Amino acid sequence: MYTRRDALARSAAVAGIMASAGLLPTAAQAAWNQAAFEAKNMADALKALGGAAPTETKDVTLTGPDIAENGAVVPLACACALPGVKRLMLMVEKNPNTLAAVFDVSDAVEPNFATRVKMGQSSNVFAVAMMSDGKVLFAQKEVKVTLGGCGG
Amino acid sequence: MADPMRIRAQAAGDKATVRVLMSHEMETGQRKDSAGKPIPAWFIQQVTAQHNGKTVLEAQWGPAVAKNPFLQFIVKGAKAGDKIAISWLDNRGDKRTDEATVT
Repeated sequence: MYTRRDALARSAAVAGIMASAGLLPTAAQAAWNQAAFEAKNMADALKALGGAAPTETKDVTLTGPDIAENGAVVPLACACALPGVKRLMLMVEKNPNTLAAVFDVSDAVEPNFATRVKMGQSSNVFAVAMMSDGKVLFAQKEVKVTLGGCGG
Repeated sequence: MADPMRIRAQAAGDKATVRVLMSHEMETGQRKDSAGKPIPAWFIQQVTAQHNGKTVLEAQWGPAVAKNPFLQFIVKGAKAGDKIAISWLDNRGDKRTDEATVT
């Protein structure tokens, strides 16, 4: 049976090949990157998104609570002070799937986003910025969770 | 069809801060129901924001985004009276678009 899931997986795979070949128009990049969202760690997620090895920097900021009482709702904000940000990502290290959200930055928006994520347990949270020159920068922060947001 | 989003867009200088509250279960697929069966994942995968009809932001989300997702971003060059439209698409193919005016 050819399900929607298969169709998505295939289009994601094709999109991945095209992205690595640099062929892709911006509109087609909107396809949901299943491989990246299924990655279990930061390196795999970045590989699936076509990013290089990340470097820690002070130019990317990640704002969030030190202690989150409820892991189901953890407010996080990420921003990048440098020009030329192509993409900002939020990742939670110890979630079942590391990647939480990807924001494709255009010229018309500032690389500054806030959202709320779920966290299964206390873990490091990463804000990762992919720059237009191919560099990958990140910031990290430890968030302690007193009540998990997954399971139960 | 899901409930409408709540969108607030406020202009400050030459940019506008947009805050969106979407109404969605955002089920991760990790949880089990009372009979021990896994609850299938149901979450928003793509979010698109348009400013006066021009796409300014595209986001891809995983199931780790919290239930009834909140999103805040800043649109450059937006002024009072401009239209901000937000659309989302979830993994079941449901979608919704709502529009707000910058104040």
